[in-house]
Amino acid sequence: MSAEPNVVLSREDGEESPRKIGTDPSPSTRLRMTKYDVQRVREDFPILRREVRGNPLVYLDNAATTQKPQQVIDRLVRYYAEENSNVHRGVHYLSEVATAAYEGARTTVTRFLNARSEKEIVLTRGTTEGINLVAYSWGRKNVGAGDEVIISAIEHHSNIVPWQQLTEEKKATLKIIPVNDAGEIDLDAYAKLLNERTKLVAVGHASNALGTINPIKKMIAMAHDAGAVVVIDGAQGVPHLTIDVQDLDCDFYAFSGHKVYGPTGVGALYGKEALLEAMPPFMGGGDMILSVSFEKTTYNALPYKFEAGTPNIAGVIGLAAALDYVTHVGLERIAAHEHDLLLYATDRLLGLDGIRIIGTAREKASVISFVLEGVHPHDIGTILDQEGIAIRTGHHCAQPLMMRFNVPATGRASFALYNTREEADALVAGLKKVIEVFR
Amino acid sequence: MSDLRELYQQVILDHNKNPRNFKELPAATSKVEGYNPLCGDHYTIYLQLDGDTIRDVGFTGNGCAISKSSASVMTSSVKGKTKEEADRLFDVFQKLVTGHAAGLDEAELGRLAAFSGVSEFPARVKCATLAWHTLRSALQGIGEKVSTE
Repeated sequence: MSAEPNVVLSREDGEESPRKIGTDPSPSTRLRMTKYDVQRVREDFPILRREVRGNPLVYLDNAATTQKPQQVIDRLVRYYAEENSNVHRGVHYLSEVATAAYEGARTTVTRFLNARSEKEIVLTRGTTEGINLVAYSWGRKNVGAGDEVIISAIEHHSNIVPWQQLTEEKKATLKIIPVNDAGEIDLDAYAKLLNERTKLVAVGHASNALGTINPIKKMIAMAHDAGAVVVIDGAQGVPHLTIDVQDLDCDFYAFSGHKVYGPTGVGALYGKEALLEAMPPFMGGGDMILSVSFEKTTYNALPYKFEAGTPNIAGVIGLAAALDYVTHVGLERIAAHEHDLLLYATDRLLGLDGIRIIGTAREKASVISFVLEGVHPHDIGTILDQEGIAIRTGHHCAQPLMMRFNVPATGRASFALYNTREEADALVAGLKKVIEVFR
Repeated sequence: MSDLRELYQQVILDHNKNPRNFKELPAATSKVEGYNPLCGDHYTIYLQLDGDTIRDVGFTGNGCAISKSSASVMTSSVKGKTKEEADRLFDVFQKLVTGHAAGLDEAELGRLAAFSGVSEFPARVKCATLAWHTLRSALQGIGEKVSTE
């Protein structure tokens, strides 16, 4: 039941200065990275010991969801075995224990994002709910006819559809920031789109389909100069980057627990207190009210105003265990390890005949989208699966982006803290098999 | 590799590379789109009916090897057949790819037998049947876009 990750932290830990993702690691950084003991990390993840179709599992679908460490699994078990009760209601012992664990988890999320207070952290089902909450609550109050909402061409469907619905309903206009051939946002075009009618900008921290890390700090400042509010889809940011919402100065930041080694069905939305305070509730029900009569209902204070109904208590507690886990392993160390894998795998993949990598941004998370000449990604996925290698194939819930690059679909390998160079080699060997079958 | 060779039989690889009847039909009496949103497979089936007989059939579009070769083999198999015969062939094909091949007539299957390996890959059944669903829709004169989702 130890909550201590199996990771040996090297002495140099405290000395290592934060390294920018996307820059080539210096030789000294490479040397230190060898001290990141990936085999010890792997021991924390029981699923990595299983076989798939007679082969060791090579799990490279981390942008879809990540595997869970024993520490998170144990925490869920302990909650249900020893602490299960409803929160914020009972005067009995277990309810106090559950409430303390639940609110403790909120504090963990608050610190993880460096929010100012727990009032700014709304616990949700995930990124999608967080974005929808902003679209319904803030959007429907503040966006009107003739107003404009800006998103980018590399957004996930969950950061497209809520804004389409909002702008359609309000007779507002949805504007799209184009991307260049590398899959990077065109900042000049963005600057031209911003104007006094721009009410909101919604952009991903990192692209799930291409891996591009967007220059959100700069984009947020530009939006604020135009008087717009900014929502960040952090689903792919939180697993790979250190997040500081105060430094970013974003107005909202949404993320999911399951993409950062936590349970599914849970996430959080950060919102600046003044904005949240002025917003109407998103859903009505229990826990979000102070008092109800048939004449009038008084809403609860932040953040409870936005948390109607019994929440995913176990999930929230498990999310905090996951955030504790990555914090203990070290966010910078994880980022460095993943960046090493990105560079290594990219290099190895480019040695294959007929491969094209879609998304070659200078700043990239450990996501590689690719197409193989003459082979549909779906066929690649099936053949790799026979080797025990899990990748995602398809449009990655980013169909407009696929159109932009004129491909119906891609294969996508995405790397996490437990992946190894040997697994990148296995991917390359699997792809050689694909080529062998098809040529 | 054996399951894979079973799935990607030579007939399938050949039809994927050189699809037959891969063309628009200017004289088509109906034209229906088929789409699998899961993987982006997207085809248009062109049908030229002469009474109840399929005089000509063609297709265009893009997708995985299973869906494309299936469309190709299908067009070759149903050309010259009546609506009922084509319908019956679809039923036989569907049984084959969903693992209910017992009792199927091999002669009737012909080249369709190459798709027997699909039954071992449940995720790929939709790929194999996309063109057939689209054809059925065209034969029934529904003319709407077909989606496998």
